[in-house]
Amino acid sequence: MSLLALLGVLSSAIFSGTSLLYTTLGEIVGERSGIVNLGLEGVLLVSASTGFSVTYLTGSPYLGVLTAMVAGGLMNMILGYLAVTRQANQLASGLALMFFGFGLSAWIGRDYVGAKIVGLPRLTLPGASGLPLVYASLLRFDLLIYLTIPAAVLVWWLLFRTRWGLGLRAVGESPDTAYASGRDPRRIRYQALWVGGMLVGAGAAHLSIAYAMNWTEYMTAGRGFIAIALVIFAKWHPLRAIVGALLFSAAVAFQLLLQSSGVQVSPFLLNTIPYLLTLVVLIAWGGRRRVAAPASLGRVYQGAE
Amino acid sequence: MWTAILRTALRYAAMAMLAFLLFGFILLISGKDPIQSYRDIFVSTLGSAYGFSEVIVAMTPLLLTALAVALPSRLGLINVGGEGQLYMGACLATWAALTFGALPPWLVLPIMVVLGMLGGAVWAWIPGQLRARGIVNETITTLLLNAVAPMIVSFFIFGYWHSPMDTNKTSIFSSSARLPTLFHTRVDLSLFLGLALLGLFWFIMRYTRWGLEMRAIGGNPQAARLNGIPTRGYVVVVMCLAGAVAGLAGMAQVSGYYGVLLANFSRGLGYMGFLISWLAGGSPLGIVVTSFVVAIILTGGNLLQLTRDLPYSMINILLAMTLFVVLARPSLSRRRKAT
Amino acid sequence: MIRGGEARANPRPVLSVRNLSKRFPGVLANDSIDIDIRPGEVHALLGENGAGKSTLVKCIYGFYQRDAGELILDGKPVDIRSPHDARARGIGMVFQNLTLVPALSVVENIALFLPGLPAVPDLRLIARELESLGERYSLTLDPWALVQDLSIGQQQKAELLKLLLAHCRLLILDEPTRVLAPHEIQGLFQVLQRLVADGLAVILITHKLNEVLECADRITVLRQGRVAGQVSRAEATEDGLVRLMFDKGLAIPSARRRVGAGRTEQPILELRQACTRAEGSQTSLEQINLAIYPGEIIGVAGVSGNGQRELGELILGSVPCTQGTKHLFGREVTRQSIGGVRRAGVGYVPENPMAMAVIPYLTVLENMAITRTSRYARWGGLAMDWRMAERETEQARQGLGYRFASFLPARSLSGGNLQRMVIARELSHDPRLIIASYPTRGLDVQSTQAARQALLQARDQGAGVLLISEDLEELFAYSDRLVVMRAGRIVGEYPTDEADLYQVGHLMTGSQTAYVERT
Repeated sequence: MSLLALLGVLSSAIFSGTSLLYTTLGEIVGERSGIVNLGLEGVLLVSASTGFSVTYLTGSPYLGVLTAMVAGGLMNMILGYLAVTRQANQLASGLALMFFGFGLSAWIGRDYVGAKIVGLPRLTLPGASGLPLVYASLLRFDLLIYLTIPAAVLVWWLLFRTRWGLGLRAVGESPDTAYASGRDPRRIRYQALWVGGMLVGAGAAHLSIAYAMNWTEYMTAGRGFIAIALVIFAKWHPLRAIVGALLFSAAVAFQLLLQSSGVQVSPFLLNTIPYLLTLVVLIAWGGRRRVAAPASLGRVYQGAE
Repeated sequence: MWTAILRTALRYAAMAMLAFLLFGFILLISGKDPIQSYRDIFVSTLGSAYGFSEVIVAMTPLLLTALAVALPSRLGLINVGGEGQLYMGACLATWAALTFGALPPWLVLPIMVVLGMLGGAVWAWIPGQLRARGIVNETITTLLLNAVAPMIVSFFIFGYWHSPMDTNKTSIFSSSARLPTLFHTRVDLSLFLGLALLGLFWFIMRYTRWGLEMRAIGGNPQAARLNGIPTRGYVVVVMCLAGAVAGLAGMAQVSGYYGVLLANFSRGLGYMGFLISWLAGGSPLGIVVTSFVVAIILTGGNLLQLTRDLPYSMINILLAMTLFVVLARPSLSRRRKAT
Repeated sequence: MIRGGEARANPRPVLSVRNLSKRFPGVLANDSIDIDIRPGEVHALLGENGAGKSTLVKCIYGFYQRDAGELILDGKPVDIRSPHDARARGIGMVFQNLTLVPALSVVENIALFLPGLPAVPDLRLIARELESLGERYSLTLDPWALVQDLSIGQQQKAELLKLLLAHCRLLILDEPTRVLAPHEIQGLFQVLQRLVADGLAVILITHKLNEVLECADRITVLRQGRVAGQVSRAEATEDGLVRLMFDKGLAIPSARRRVGAGRTEQPILELRQACTRAEGSQTSLEQINLAIYPGEIIGVAGVSGNGQRELGELILGSVPCTQGTKHLFGREVTRQSIGGVRRAGVGYVPENPMAMAVIPYLTVLENMAITRTSRYARWGGLAMDWRMAERETEQARQGLGYRFASFLPARSLSGGNLQRMVIARELSHDPRLIIASYPTRGLDVQSTQAARQALLQARDQGAGVLLISEDLEELFAYSDRLVVMRAGRIVGEYPTDEADLYQVGHLMTGSQTAYVERT
C-alpha cells in the first residue's frame, strides 16, 4: 500500500474522527461527574443545526462553531435540571432530551436544508508547504482538527491536575464522600455538564460546518451512541479516547481502503465494529469484577436511583 | 379514592397544558397560528373515524415496545434495547416474507410472527445472559446492541434484499405476507395482538405464580433469592420474552404498516416505548393510555407537515416537552416502581 | 514496647466525659458514663457487642447528640454539633466504613479533604508531606497507590494520615483490628505507640483482650451501657477483664433446655470439612465440621464478623461450598440450589427481615406464600390457591399466638411483627431444620420473647435449630449445644450445661485460640 493511500486513510480517519473525539471528551467530563447522557444524539443535532444556520446567516464559520458550543452547553443544562435538580431518572431524561433534539434541530434547520456554506477554512501545517502538492493537500486541516489533541490534553489536565477536576471525580465516584469534604455535588455536576456540553457542541460544529458542510435531519447518524460506547472503551480517560476515536472512525476509512484494493466489505458491518469492540471489552472486564466506570454512574445503570 | 384519581388526572392535564403552551409558542415564532394548528390536530385525529384509526395505527407499535420494557422492569431490569430487538424481529420476518411469500397467508403470517419474535428474543438473550451471570449490566449491553441491529438490517437490505428500483428498501411484500387490516383503515392485526399481550401481562403479574415470583424479585432481589426463587433463570427468560415482544413490533411494522423493509425505518420506536413504560409505571392500563396520548401527538405531527409546511420531526418538540414536564415533577410520576 | 503514657506524668486530660447518657427508642445505650482521656495514652474501650462503645464515641465525635452529661475539652465544656465541628476541634475518628474514594489515589483522597487547597494543587508536595509524616509515625504508604488497591490495613493508615494532616490531637479508632491480618495489627500498634509518644491521645474501641493487653495504657470496660470498671495496664488481667465484660447473672429466668438428645438418630444436617471463599467483606469458612440432630438447638457464639453469618448462608446454599461436603438427611446436597434446600425442609430466619426475608411492597399474605409457590400453584402456575395460603397462614398464626393482618403491605409492619411473620411463615411449612441468623437483633422485648418461644416450640416438635446470635445470654438460655466460632473456624463445641461463660468469652475474644473439643 502506497504512502499516499496510507496518508489518505489517516487523513480521512482524522476528518471523520474529530467530531467523535470532541463529543467523547464532552461525555467523559459529564460521566466522570456521574451523569450519563443518553440524549447525546439530540445535543449533537441541535448544536449542528445551530452552528450551521449561524454560519449561513453570518458567513463566519468561527462564529458558527462558538454558537454551536453554547448550544451544546444549553442542551446539557436541560439534562442537568432534570437529572440533578429534579432528581429524575437519568436514562429517561436523556432519552427525552434526544427526542427534543430531533425536533428542535429539525425546526432550527428547516430553512437551511440544502444550503451551502463556506466551511471552516483549512490551514496547511507549517512546514508541509514544501511537500509535493498531492501530499500537502492531504495534510491541510481546519482549526478544530488542530485543536483536538490539545483539547484532549486540556480535559486531561482539568480532570487530573486541578482542584476542580479532583472534586468532580470525587463526585462521580462517591458523592457522599465529596459532600463530606465540603463540596456541593449538585453544583459540580452542573459545571461538568456545561463544560461537557460545550465540547459536544464543538464536535457537532465540526460535523456540520467542516466535514459535511450541509444540514439534513438526523445527520449525526448515531454518532451520539458511538460516543457513549467510545467513552466506555476509553475507560473514561481523555487520552485513551484519542486512540479510540481514531480506531472507531478508521473503520470507515478502512472500508474505503479495502474498496480501492478490490475487496468488498459491507460498510454496515464495519460500522458495527465500534460497538462490538466495546461489548467485548465490557465482557472482558466483567470477568475480572473490576469496572473502571465512575462508581456513582453504576447506580444509574443498576436502576437504584 | 376517586378524588385521588381525579386529582392526578388534573395534575397531568395541567402539565400537558404547560407543554402545549410552550410548543404553541414555538409555532408562533415559526409564523404559524398555534390555536389553529392545535384545532387541526384534534379535529383530524379525534374528529374523524379515519383520523382516529390513524392514531390507533401509531399507537400499536408503541404498545408492544412499551410492554417490552415493562415486563423486565417488574424484575428491576432496565431494557433499553427495544429498538434493536425490533429491528432483528423485522429482519427475520422479512426473510420469511421474501422466502415464503408465495405461500398462502395462513402459513406465511404465523411463520413471520414466530420468526419475528424469535429474532427479538435472540437479540435480548445475550444481554440477559450477561446480566444473569453478573458480567455486564443489561442497560449498557442493550444500548450497544441497539446500534448494531439496524446495521445488520441495512447490510441485508443493501446487499441481498433490495428491490430493483431502490437500494435502501426491499421489494414490496406479497399480499400474503401482509398483516390483514381492518376495513378501510390501516389498523392491522398487531393491534389485537398487542392488546392481548398486554392483557396477558396483566393477568400473569396479578394472578399467576410466575407473576408473584417476578414481583418478589423486583421488590427485593436478595430476599427473593434467599427464599428460593431462581432469580437468574427469570432474568434470562424474561429478557427473551421482552425481546420477543419487541421483535413482534418489528414484524408488525414491516408486514403491516410499511409492507417493505426500509433501512432505518424506526426513528426511536423502541426508545419511545421505554419512555412510555417509564411514564406509565409499567402498568398495562397506563401503557395503553400513555401510548394513546403519544400517538395523538405523533399523528398530529403528520398533519402539521402536510398542511402547515413544517418538518414532521418538529412534533418531537411537543412530545419531549411533555416528557420534560412530567420528568421535572418526580413526586407525581414516580409511582410504585415495579408492581 | 515503650509506653509513653505510663512514663508521662501529665495529668490534665484532653477530653473528659462526665455523666454522659444517650437513649434510643427502647434502649439506654449510654448510662451516666465518666471517662478521662489523657494526652499521650492509648485508652482502650472494651466491651462486647451492644455494650455502648460505638454510641459513646459517636457522641464525642458529634455524630449523635448526647441526651445528658458534659464533654470537657482541654478543661472547657464544649458542645460538639457535627463531625465537621469535631474535626475543627482536633478530634478525628476512623470508622469501620472509611471515608475514602476507592478509585482515587491516597494523595488525591487526602488532598480532597485539605482545607485551603490551591486551584492547581501540587500533589507532589502533599505526597512528600505524607511521606515525612509517614516516616515519623511509621505509617508508610505509597502515596500514589489507588485506595482500592490497598489492603484494608493500608487504607486505615491513609485515613490516619488524613486526620494527622488536619492536625488532630485526639484520635478515635472504632474496632480497627477487625479486618486486619496479624502482622498488620502489629504495624498498627507500632503506629499508635509513635502517635502517643508525640503527645496525641488515642481511644481504641475493641473487644479483643490480647490486643488490649498488648497496646493499651488504660482500659475502660463498658457493659450494658455503663462503665463496669477502669483499670490501668499494670493492674489488668485477662480473667479480670473478662469478668468485667461478661459478668451478669443470667437474667433469663427459665433456661429451657433438654439434656441429651439421642445421638442414635441420623443427623438432619452434616457439614464435613466444608469451606467457603469470601468475597468482599465476608469471612471465609475453613474446615467446618458440624452435625445438627433433630430436637436440639445449637447455638453459634462469636464476635460479629467471624463467620457465623456465613455458616448460616452455607447451610442454606446461598454461599457455595468450595471444598468439603454438605448433607441433609443423609443425602449429599453440596451443590443444591437454595430452592432445593428449602424444599428439603429447611427454613431460614435472618436478621433484618425487611432487607433479607421480606418483599416490602407485597402484602403479608403474598410474602407468606413466596417460599413455597409450588405448593400453592394451580394449573401449572396459572393461578394461585390463595385460600389455601390464607388457611395455612391462619394456622401458623394461631399456633404461635401472633396477630397480623394479611392484606397490608409488608412494609407497614413493625420490625418485630415482620420477624413474627417470617417465623410464622418458616414454621408453617414444617421445617426439619431452621437456620436462625441473629433472629432477635434489633427487636423489641416482646417480639424477642415471641421469637424465642417459637424456636423452642419448633425444637420440641422435633426440628433442629441453628441459632446464631451475638447475645450470649440468649445462647446460654436457649441452646442445648454451643459452638464457638472465630476467624471462620469452629474453635469450641460443648453441651451448654457444661459450658463455662468465661471460657466461651475467652474463645470468642481470642485469648485462647486452640480448638477445644469436648471429651
